[in-house]
Amino acid sequence: MQNVVSIKKLSKTYDNDFQALKNITLDIKKNEIIALLGPNGAGKTTMISIICGIVIPTSGSVTVDNFDIIKDYRRTRSLIGLVPQELSLEQFEYVFNNVSYTRGLYGKAPNPSLIEKILKDLSLWDKRHSRINELSGGMKRRVLIAKALSHEPSVLFLDEPSAGVDVELRQEMWQVIKDLRNSGVTIILTTHYIEEAEAIADRVAVINKGELLVVDNTSDLVKSMGQKTLLIELHEAIRTLPSKLERYNLTVLNNGLSISYNYDSSSKQTGITSLLQDMKETGLKLKDLNTEQSSLENIFVELVREN
Amino acid sequence: MNFYAIRAIYFHEMDRMRRTIGQSILSPVISTSLYFIVFGSVIGGMIPELDGVSYGSFIVPGLLMLTLLTQSISNSAFGIFFPKFTGSIYEVLAAPVSSFEIIVGFVGASATKSLIVGIIILLTASFFVELKIQYPLLMLFLLILTCLTFSLFGFLIGLLSNNFEQLQVVPLIIITPLVFLGGSLYTIEMLPEFWQKVSYFNPVVYLINGMRWSFYGASDINIFISVVSLVGFLIACIVGVAIVISKGYGTKT
Repeated sequence: MQNVVSIKKLSKTYDNDFQALKNITLDIKKNEIIALLGPNGAGKTTMISIICGIVIPTSGSVTVDNFDIIKDYRRTRSLIGLVPQELSLEQFEYVFNNVSYTRGLYGKAPNPSLIEKILKDLSLWDKRHSRINELSGGMKRRVLIAKALSHEPSVLFLDEPSAGVDVELRQEMWQVIKDLRNSGVTIILTTHYIEEAEAIADRVAVINKGELLVVDNTSDLVKSMGQKTLLIELHEAIRTLPSKLERYNLTVLNNGLSISYNYDSSSKQTGITSLLQDMKETGLKLKDLNTEQSSLENIFVELVREN
Repeated sequence: MNFYAIRAIYFHEMDRMRRTIGQSILSPVISTSLYFIVFGSVIGGMIPELDGVSYGSFIVPGLLMLTLLTQSISNSAFGIFFPKFTGSIYEVLAAPVSSFEIIVGFVGASATKSLIVGIIILLTASFFVELKIQYPLLMLFLLILTCLTFSLFGFLIGLLSNNFEQLQVVPLIIITPLVFLGGSLYTIEMLPEFWQKVSYFNPVVYLINGMRWSFYGASDINIFISVVSLVGFLIACIVGVAIVISKGYGTKT
């Protein structure tokens, strides 16, 4: 698939010598949803801010649709929409005017019918004549999305779109993001809600301390880095594990009524068949079997801890 | 050239004036009217003519300049500082807009607001004192030039300010004293010789006298020197703003 954003050896050191980004290289494919995961201060917002022209990079290069973000800033910025992390809005302005203002900034002729459609899609049409300070936090977040969409961008950056948003609204937001992708927009979102990345992202990039730790398809990442656990429920409780089963590294749970076995689902030999065979030979009777997949959250925590 | 962006910024800023009409228009009109009532009508009636005009008429160019300078600076300083304060500056920085277009939008709107206030003040003055303008075109030229120059200066202050206190320091601590001591209410000749010499180091003296010359054809300073001083300050402001904005001081990190 064609790359829409190409980041090459991007570094940023602030005036106070804090190195926010260290030699980041990343390609973002057209029409995908990619989640940048990382703890606070990992460098996610700095990376987005550089691509959007708000922060000046120390070294490296970025292209958007093959145009350099510095030399061809007019072209690249007109392709990009940005939803910032903070609710950075002028509180005394009216919703419709404020969204139209952003469209003008991006060099587009006024288009009230398009603004109407965007506001309707984001359930803001009823609030078009309201001042921004009269809106709830969730509505303000949607105004920011409306502003970012007002000039019809093909690449949309969402910096922590669901920060401080309730569960219901978060799911509505995810639907909006999916709909945008279906309409041809490439979405780059930063989040530290792993659940969010798991729910909507095609790919995940994990950043920590300014370094890119891993980039992969969300499902492949879970499959390749995650562990599975086989939970075996027994008919009768055991006090100690039979010596024949010691090599499996089992854990006895639930007062001896359950055993758990961790295995790598991507390996050719998981060891499940031989374990079950050995259990039969030792005379243990099975009541039930269950498997659990370690989540993206476990993988993320592990990656960040190792880093 | 991104004309739509210039237009968007310009009308966005003009809209701020409409939302704050009391602060933008009424406040300067009321305070200037008070000056005319107290100095022009009440005290002015007891003061003899200066440069051949009544005292009330004499102070009109000075008070006009006082308002233009303070309004131009505060309009544009606030115009750029407020989005910095709220964080909404991000959308201007992330938009396909050049530094020049940003300046034209913000400074153009600020200068327009000051010009509107200036014209209203002149109309207000005509209710209190006898007003005659000997060189109306020159007066209009100086009016526009002053609004533009000091809007640029205010824009520079707004860019460099990190808090509301810094935003107020230059207008309150530097500009207001310079205007009051710049011959807005008196002629330089009325001062002792030493203070006359000191006054020539006050740049506002040249602005006020330039404006006064356009009204009455007489002033303490040659009109040519006044215009050159104003143009010189305009160029200095353009260079200052260009450097600050191109380096991203106060806006980008």
